Amino acid sequence: MSDRIDVRKTYKLYIGGAFPRSESAYSYEVKDNKGKFVANAALASRKDARDAVGAARKAFGPWAGRTAYNRAQIVYRIAEVMEDRRPQFVQAVVKSEGLTASKAEKVVDAAIDRLVWYAGWADKITQVVGNANPVAGPYFNLSTPEPTGVVAVLAPQESSLLGLVSVVAPVIVTGNTVVVVSSYERPLPAVNFAEVLATSDVPGGVVNILTGSAATVAPWLASHMDVNAIDLVGVAGDHGLATDLEVAAADNLKRVRRAPVAEPDWAVDPGLDAMTAFLETKTVWHPIGV
Amino acid sequence: MTDNRKPPADVFRYAPAPESRSIVDIKPSYGLFIGGEFVDGHGKSFKTISPSTEEVLAEVAEADDADVDAAVKAARRAYDRVWSKLPGRERAKYLYRIARIIQERSRELAVLESIDNGKPIKESRDVDIPIVAAHFFYYAGWADKLAYAMPQSAGRGTDPQPLGVAGQIIPWNFPLLMLAWKIAPALACGNTVVLKPAETTPLTALLFAEICQQADLPPGVVNIITGAGGTGQALVGHPGIDKVAFTGSTDVGKAIARTVAGTDKKVTLELGGKAANIVFDDAPLDQAVEGIVTGIFFNQGHVCCAGSRLLVQESIADELLAKLKRRMSTLRVGDPLDKNTDIGAINSAEQLARIRELSDIGEAEGAGRWSPECELPQHGFWFPPTLFTDVTQAHRIAREEIFGPVLSVLTFRTPAEAVEKANNTPYGLSAGVWTEKGSRILKIANQLRAGVVWANTFNKFDPTSPFGGYQESGYGREGGRHGLEAYLK
Repeated sequence: MSDRIDVRKTYKLYIGGAFPRSESAYSYEVKDNKGKFVANAALASRKDARDAVGAARKAFGPWAGRTAYNRAQIVYRIAEVMEDRRPQFVQAVVKSEGLTASKAEKVVDAAIDRLVWYAGWADKITQVVGNANPVAGPYFNLSTPEPTGVVAVLAPQESSLLGLVSVVAPVIVTGNTVVVVSSYERPLPAVNFAEVLATSDVPGGVVNILTGSAATVAPWLASHMDVNAIDLVGVAGDHGLATDLEVAAADNLKRVRRAPVAEPDWAVDPGLDAMTAFLETKTVWHPIGV
Repeated sequence: MTDNRKPPADVFRYAPAPESRSIVDIKPSYGLFIGGEFVDGHGKSFKTISPSTEEVLAEVAEADDADVDAAVKAARRAYDRVWSKLPGRERAKYLYRIARIIQERSRELAVLESIDNGKPIKESRDVDIPIVAAHFFYYAGWADKLAYAMPQSAGRGTDPQPLGVAGQIIPWNFPLLMLAWKIAPALACGNTVVLKPAETTPLTALLFAEICQQADLPPGVVNIITGAGGTGQALVGHPGIDKVAFTGSTDVGKAIARTVAGTDKKVTLELGGKAANIVFDDAPLDQAVEGIVTGIFFNQGHVCCAGSRLLVQESIADELLAKLKRRMSTLRVGDPLDKNTDIGAINSAEQLARIRELSDIGEAEGAGRWSPECELPQHGFWFPPTLFTDVTQAHRIAREEIFGPVLSVLTFRTPAEAVEKANNTPYGLSAGVWTEKGSRILKIANQLRAGVVWANTFNKFDPTSPFGGYQESGYGREGGRHGLEAYLK
């Protein structure tokens, strides 16, 4: 037994590619499933949420403007780096979700595989949901999907890694940027994920991760006039809060992915909905002639 | 037409060429169409008038809460007992029947639309009604092909299902066309509907109800309830509907989004716009002028996707404006039923007041107002085609939807500036780009945050082409394969 004192990590927010503490200087205790102290996590404030939206807005144009092939490679790169840090994620899932090591390994595998799955969609979604339209006249007419913009995501409370990846990857792979509020009680995988993002060629501001309480931070995101859409899955089961957030989101007609009654089973095939919910269809006309 | 001289006045002197009204038979009063029959409403009635003459056309029932409830229940019964059980190929045949009857009665519909709405007969006859028929034809064909409509992995599998009862609320600018946009896809997908036409333009929807009877459409599949805002609110808030489809103002759209919050109701919103029509210095100017005129003066500018902000490159601004003014001088404002009329009546006194108010504000804020000389009729609601020069982005006439024949002209120097100005709006419904350079069209079209981009054309519509906005212009798409998604789960 070594008498070395271990070096503990400070868990911080991830905004605009940097790791700041909360502007409020508040933190909260994170405990493992047995109630043992694990770390103090930053408690994101209204100001942090606004900073994150600013960073996401700044990153949106360049990110949406990248080629789909490039976004595919970057999301695939996230998977590569996660695979490389697999033991760290397994440990975080064990601590956060109280799973056995072998079950946690399956969760981490599924999360990495999901990133790989979504990475491939970057340059295929347009072909699957876009359309050439045979209008009755001499016009070229093409409908293509485009990213909605800045998307606020309330990450699931229970599935702290697979659920998180399953709501973040579909949003960014199509060219949106995102502000995520992680699971309140289980933020460790989200913080580790931020560190992966920072080393995976993901431009700063494309993904911004806030640890803290959805009930506190989400109202500011839902009412923020520079947020284009919001995914409410993180408040699944809290009908009152979800309704309030949807009402606030109407102020600038955010696209809202409603909160389900209970957190979904993240292991099943996700389909396209998590991507299409945050896509706009643009239709371009041009005359055909000589 | 390429020189800038003012045309001699007598060149464009036309003899009156009125379309006959004898083809339409307007009844003195109308009830509500519920469960396949016209029934008396429980509420008051209101008058619908011709905006070009202010004559009262008919008394129309105002549906109250009990009427809305009855209509929703009729739609639910029809959904449960008949429509959801009918195979797609049979639903298709009803829709094809409706499309054919619309074609057969097209002149009647066009004349009635022009009388009740005030739009020129050449538009109702050549644009609105043909597209209405085309829309029913298009979606009729989808009814038995829904399994092929969406990607299999979209979560709907190979057997997509209807939502149930749709509550649909439409505006007064394209009364029958908006009805077609709402009803055709809803029915094709197996839903039943309760539709509320706009307060000022109920007559073609009520004639459509007769067409449903002629087609022997099962009772309750289509229910038409007339009324004003209160009727619409009752419909949106009714717990018996599964879907809300709304076309109208952004303010009402936001109110609807708040009302349905926390429910399972699916929503599509088609709202306002303040579209930029961008003209680059290499554009074919005469074509661009036609496009600008179509963009803002078509349908009196009562078009959510109207090109109400002209962004013209500074180097050609003077030349373009001279051509535009000359062209505007040839626009004929007057009797909607005259076949030579280009600009008809403003739909209502209320809308006319709004257009006047914002135009006066434009003048007060320092923009230069110009209209061609034109004689307006004594009765009815009229506004001359108008343009404002020296408009800045801070002016209210550059920010707010006027919904009338009023064009705000702004200039730009570089493509980047054009895009920035075009996107400087909370709306995002449509945009126009005029240039001969293909690569520039594609680049600019890519950068514009708008649901429809017309390049070297404007205000084109087709049932196969998805339509709908970004941002505060609403969500969801109508038309095309994308339009099915709003009515399936």
